Amino acid sequence: MSATRYTVRVTEAEAVTPHVRRLRLEPADGAALPPASAGAHTVVTLEANGRTLRNSYSLTAPSLAGGAYEIAVLRSPTSRGGSRFVHERLREGDTLSVSAPVNLFPLHRLARHHVLVAGGIGITPIAAMAEELSRLGASYELHYAVRSEAAGAFCRDLEARHASRMRLYSSERQERLRVREIVPHQPLGSHLYVCGPQRMIDAVFADARAAGWPEANLHAERFEAPAGGDPFAVRLARSGKSTTVGEHESLLEAIERIGVEAPYLCRGGACGECICDVIEADGELDHRDHFLSPEERRAGDKIMICMSRLKGRELVLDL
Amino acid sequence: MSLAFDLSRTPSFFRDETFRGDFTFENSPESIRRFPFPFDRDQYMYAVNIEQHMPGPPKSATAFPIDIDEHYVAEMADRAKVLAEDPLRCQSLPHMITAEWDLLELLMTSMARDYPQWFSLHRDGDRWHWVNRPLGIDQRFTFGDAATLPYGPMEYVTRQCQGDFCLLDQRDDNLWLDAGIVTSQADWSLDFDLGMNFIEWHGPVPRAHDMGIFERALKFLLNLQIGRPIRRLNWTMTINPRLDTSPENYHRWGIDRTTVTPENVGDKVHLRVELQALWRLPRSNAIVFSIRCYLIKMRELVTVPKWGRRFHRVLRDLPADLADYKGLTNYRATTLEWLAPYDDGAPTSPGFFPD
Amino acid sequence: MSEITSRPIWGKLDPADQASAHLVCAEGHGIEAVVAAFAGRDGLLSRATVVHVAPVGAARPAGLGGAAYHRHPSRATALTAFRAHLARAKMGTQVHLAGSEAFLDEASAVAVACGIVGDGLTTELSGPATRRVQCVHCKGMMDEVAVTPFACSHCGINLTVRDHYSRRLGAFMGVCADAEAPGVLPAASRF
Repeated sequence: MSATRYTVRVTEAEAVTPHVRRLRLEPADGAALPPASAGAHTVVTLEANGRTLRNSYSLTAPSLAGGAYEIAVLRSPTSRGGSRFVHERLREGDTLSVSAPVNLFPLHRLARHHVLVAGGIGITPIAAMAEELSRLGASYELHYAVRSEAAGAFCRDLEARHASRMRLYSSERQERLRVREIVPHQPLGSHLYVCGPQRMIDAVFADARAAGWPEANLHAERFEAPAGGDPFAVRLARSGKSTTVGEHESLLEAIERIGVEAPYLCRGGACGECICDVIEADGELDHRDHFLSPEERRAGDKIMICMSRLKGRELVLDL
Repeated sequence: MSLAFDLSRTPSFFRDETFRGDFTFENSPESIRRFPFPFDRDQYMYAVNIEQHMPGPPKSATAFPIDIDEHYVAEMADRAKVLAEDPLRCQSLPHMITAEWDLLELLMTSMARDYPQWFSLHRDGDRWHWVNRPLGIDQRFTFGDAATLPYGPMEYVTRQCQGDFCLLDQRDDNLWLDAGIVTSQADWSLDFDLGMNFIEWHGPVPRAHDMGIFERALKFLLNLQIGRPIRRLNWTMTINPRLDTSPENYHRWGIDRTTVTPENVGDKVHLRVELQALWRLPRSNAIVFSIRCYLIKMRELVTVPKWGRRFHRVLRDLPADLADYKGLTNYRATTLEWLAPYDDGAPTSPGFFPD
Repeated sequence: MSEITSRPIWGKLDPADQASAHLVCAEGHGIEAVVAAFAGRDGLLSRATVVHVAPVGAARPAGLGGAAYHRHPSRATALTAFRAHLARAKMGTQVHLAGSEAFLDEASAVAVACGIVGDGLTTELSGPATRRVQCVHCKGMMDEVAVTPFACSHCGINLTVRDHYSRRLGAFMGVCADAEAPGVLPAASRF
């Protein structure tokens, strides 16, 4: 089963930096958009050049109140079409379809203190978390690493909002975010959240683990856009349909293209909703999700179709 | 605000009845027809049996997300008595305050939308105005500011809504029972279970753990989505129409189970059905778990011939450990003898509803 | 399945090398499990704090190396000190508990209330399997319950210990044993 969807109109489209475009989305048909919880994302359906793309974007702080959603989209040099479409084609007044919010990166509400770490566009869920914690009067600190103040989205707004609780690190000014200097001094019962490039997440977690932080206190926004790969054939046993999964297309997207509805929530390999039984695989399953355990991967009879692929000729799925 | 339980001032739809003492509770013929009978076949097996909480047939117990029926006013009066005697039946850990407001919004908007003759809600930004005509309540308050309500938001709204409610916080890939109001429960204690995770609080249920039922249900619930509530039915039996069968008071009501005689089965023995529904809450990402209790006397049940036949078969074939867990052992044989004349052995039609 | 799912599994003490500090709370002979777990790991002991329930005048146990050692005369006084150490502790501190079942029940509830989750806490049962039980009727707590059924020391109701455990309360549930047949009690059994 997939999420409830809403038709929304783009009411504001603003370049907040040369590479980040902020979109404000309001209901096109009078239906009320529910409030979002901090850390939630929405799946946006984009009709780009005759292709349907569904991308997950974190909902930023103004979405918490409901009624309207805001997202911030980075123009990606490796775009599969989504971010380029948002930057070059989408105009105020256009309509889109968005899913109800889904939260795979929630605040740990029992934490005694929250350490928030963001790199670049990873600020989108982190800023919503900071907003919620500030509103709740909770104990938190916000660390935000950017290439330069001009390239970092929302720097000034966040500094005004979070003042002494926030530290900004600009590589242009030779400022480095050193997590190993932050983690040892936090009170027992603290939780750390990080969103940013994968290598940043890895480095932050490595520093926290080295300082003795338990896994249970470390949280990262894990989902990412599916990377392409060599084309392969897919056959759907129950619906009797087949197609070829293209180089720049995910297995889930190919299945949707031929009119078969498959369940999904995050489209980024994190939630487990799109798990699918493999009936036959002529080739090697290329697991790229964060959900299946090593044992489940070895068993080879399940695949997360939003991220993972086949290295080989043909995959037969129970769909 | 005053909680007015002056029944003479309430519309006549609502029954003046009790769930303790003289136990005057009973169902009207309309109420019997809409009873959520939980067996769609002649045997019972513990199962998750989850379905979408979509609107059921008009007038049925699932016609609306929140069901308000003829027992509303009397049930709210019973809840007030339970809370006055034992405040631990309503508890909320401090981190659940956002979920409490989410629950208040869900219940008030559902009740006002589906029962406009009884409830109304006007929202002007954060300034809300709530009117509950059956209970004589007219309340203006600021959404998000607990100081503007006479109770915490969860307690305030659930003192005005049938059913027990639990708020589950989602963290560490589990669901934690961190708030709730529980006054019409089938022998479980909120005070004891508060703070437990989903697997822990289902600890005492026999069989189901071996079957991996709770692990699968948990995985499913962790992905529960906004706007896609689900429901299931559960059942047990209760002697006398007592809503508050709590462990706290078991030393008082347990003895009732020994008072069943062939003469009083029809009035004393009740099938107790829980309509359990779960919603994802938007601001808090918590889940609300509502447990709405419906009672029906054996003499009321057998007015629907299909239900009389089927319940006789289910009760007869129930495994002993499940009968023990549900506390039926003491009076099962007597009840079966009473039901037997209503089971002529004829086949029953599939599905829950009366023929 | 014989084990109920809400029943705690105490396991073995397992001090992690990468923990920046170790906070230990042990009762009586539980200290022997602590000494065994830290044996040959003087580096870890040098950044450990040990809170021990032991009689006034008892000697400092051997084998604790450079650990800071604090002796307290009762469970209540030790847990007060343990709470104070927890409040000052930093992330990276690993917490270890050893003692009887009733002690572990109560001390782990203290640790849970301070936000310690998952691998931040290790525990080991050492000593009698007597349980901490709460009477569900009067909410009275009883330490060192060895036999079921038994009479509540607060309200006098005969209780059986239900197989249901609360980590928040650090106790099993005691429920009236003879509600459906007053005075008729099941045969006694020891834990």
